[in-house]
Amino acid sequence: MSVVRSLIKFNPQKLHKDQWGFHLVLLILSLFMLLPIVFIVNHAFKPFTELFAYPPTFFVKMPTLENFRLLINFSAESGIPASRYVFNSLFTTTLVILLTLLISSLAAYALSKLSFRGKHVFNKVNTLALMFVPIAVAIPRFLIIENLGIFNTYLAHIVPMLAMPIGIFLLKQFMDQVPDDLIEASKMDGAGNWRVYWNVMLPLVKPALVTVAILTFQASWGNSESSSIFMDDESLRTLPFYMNTLVAQSGNIVAGAGLAAVAGLVMFVPNIVLFIVLQNKVMDSMAHTGIK
Amino acid sequence: MGNNMRGKRQFKRSFYKLADSPYMFIFPYAALFSLLIVLPVAVAIGLSFTYFNTVQAPKFVGFQNYIDLFTGDTIFLQHAISNTLFYAVLVGPIGYMLAFFLAWMLSQVPHRIRTIYTVIIYSPSVTGSIMVTVVWKVLFSGDRTGYLNYWLMKMDIIQEPLQWLKSPELLVPIMIFIALWGSMGVGFLAMLAGLLNIDKTMYEAAYIDGIRNRWQEIFYITIPSMKPQMLFGAVMAIIGTFNASGVAATLSGGSPPPQYAGWMIVDHANDFGFTRFEMGYASAVTVVLLYIVILFNKISYKLFGEHE
Repeated sequence: MSVVRSLIKFNPQKLHKDQWGFHLVLLILSLFMLLPIVFIVNHAFKPFTELFAYPPTFFVKMPTLENFRLLINFSAESGIPASRYVFNSLFTTTLVILLTLLISSLAAYALSKLSFRGKHVFNKVNTLALMFVPIAVAIPRFLIIENLGIFNTYLAHIVPMLAMPIGIFLLKQFMDQVPDDLIEASKMDGAGNWRVYWNVMLPLVKPALVTVAILTFQASWGNSESSSIFMDDESLRTLPFYMNTLVAQSGNIVAGAGLAAVAGLVMFVPNIVLFIVLQNKVMDSMAHTGIK
Repeated sequence: MGNNMRGKRQFKRSFYKLADSPYMFIFPYAALFSLLIVLPVAVAIGLSFTYFNTVQAPKFVGFQNYIDLFTGDTIFLQHAISNTLFYAVLVGPIGYMLAFFLAWMLSQVPHRIRTIYTVIIYSPSVTGSIMVTVVWKVLFSGDRTGYLNYWLMKMDIIQEPLQWLKSPELLVPIMIFIALWGSMGVGFLAMLAGLLNIDKTMYEAAYIDGIRNRWQEIFYITIPSMKPQMLFGAVMAIIGTFNASGVAATLSGGSPPPQYAGWMIVDHANDFGFTRFEMGYASAVTVVLLYIVILFNKISYKLFGEHE
């Protein structure tokens, strides 16, 4: 048996010289993946002279906060302060996350542990909807938003983000792992579906909730479509839209490249920080993502 | 009086029963799902048979939009369809295999260092669309101050600066390259988790049964044991590729991009829908796209689905 064990190189505890090949490949690839991110970080801190230096430099030599200051001042010139876009983004993103978690976990609980007519079909349809490409139906969605009368309101940022098949899917798969006995036991004690959902289920599926929250955050934080398609009022538009227009305009202004790099960082950093902090929980719930 | 009490209690009981019904749990999502996924698809299909300019009411035109699309729209036929398929066929499978290969290697290094690699490899997938403009436009800039041009000229590989983003032949490979760079997202994480959760005894048994090398191990043990995650990864890969729109325009700095290089079906739909306000025609384009997405998913279900 020990001979066999030594052949299995899978999920090892320690570094071993067998792994050198993997480390070499992974290291080179990681460095390569990281390169553009290192570049944008450096670019964001470059003073004007370095941004336009010839020969071009990759790393910043004299780091400065000039580009960050420029971003704040620049917004003042466009009439609406940057803080307004930040508020819009934070406000809508928070609501989207909370509502998505609530709606998705409720539905996932029903689809996983309750029995009702049409459950099987609904599960199938939802799994099929994983392949749904929202961008493809931008036009009908625009018509629906207009007819609902929520065009040009915060709701137009929020509502279209709430149907998230992947969220239901992840939560349902995770809930399937919770033993039925546990739920039966609580029901014996007189708990109704709501109490089981709230007191038993939700605490047990925290990793999956975290993952759905992260995915929702990414989708909502980076969503510029709702601002460009469902909004006319500039003061209701969100940060990614504003950053996009900044970047588009930045071609015309001298320090544009640095400004754009800062904008890129503002959109990217929250995403990756959240993932780093919560990656354990994410990996936990990812184990149950399989489609059968 | 007594009757009233009983009635109240009965009402209370039936209220609780109603509140506790499974349909109460599923209803909010089912409503949103119908409103935001089912209805848009239905509206797209419906509108695709009409002429609709958003001002006047839609006018039924039968299959006219589809006939125009497949017989007269040279941009759609020569660029949008072929670009989308070319891009999807390259980015989808290559990104997918790369994700599996990376996950497979990651599953064989210790936990702590694996976490670091995983975060780095995953990070490009959350950079967002602004990154495309900022990083790649600067790196691939067409004059001699562009980073890539400068380095290549310094190493004497090219003599003249290349117009990376303005020439159609170079623009599409660059788009594919960028897409691959950013494609290690949720699907990749799922595959990694799937790999890590394979029961170790499966491998032990296989080695006792006479599996001789790592290739056999991958094909006889690893992939069959994580088929569900493989399918999830494939579905994610497909959505990722069909979600791409406007990249070519962003990179080349104008819509449409030079000679419609990298012009996707989604770009075509948005162009007709939101620039020309020909919603009926744009919907027909959308329907074709949805059909292609379904087709691709069918193929991956065939490959990785567990047949009942």
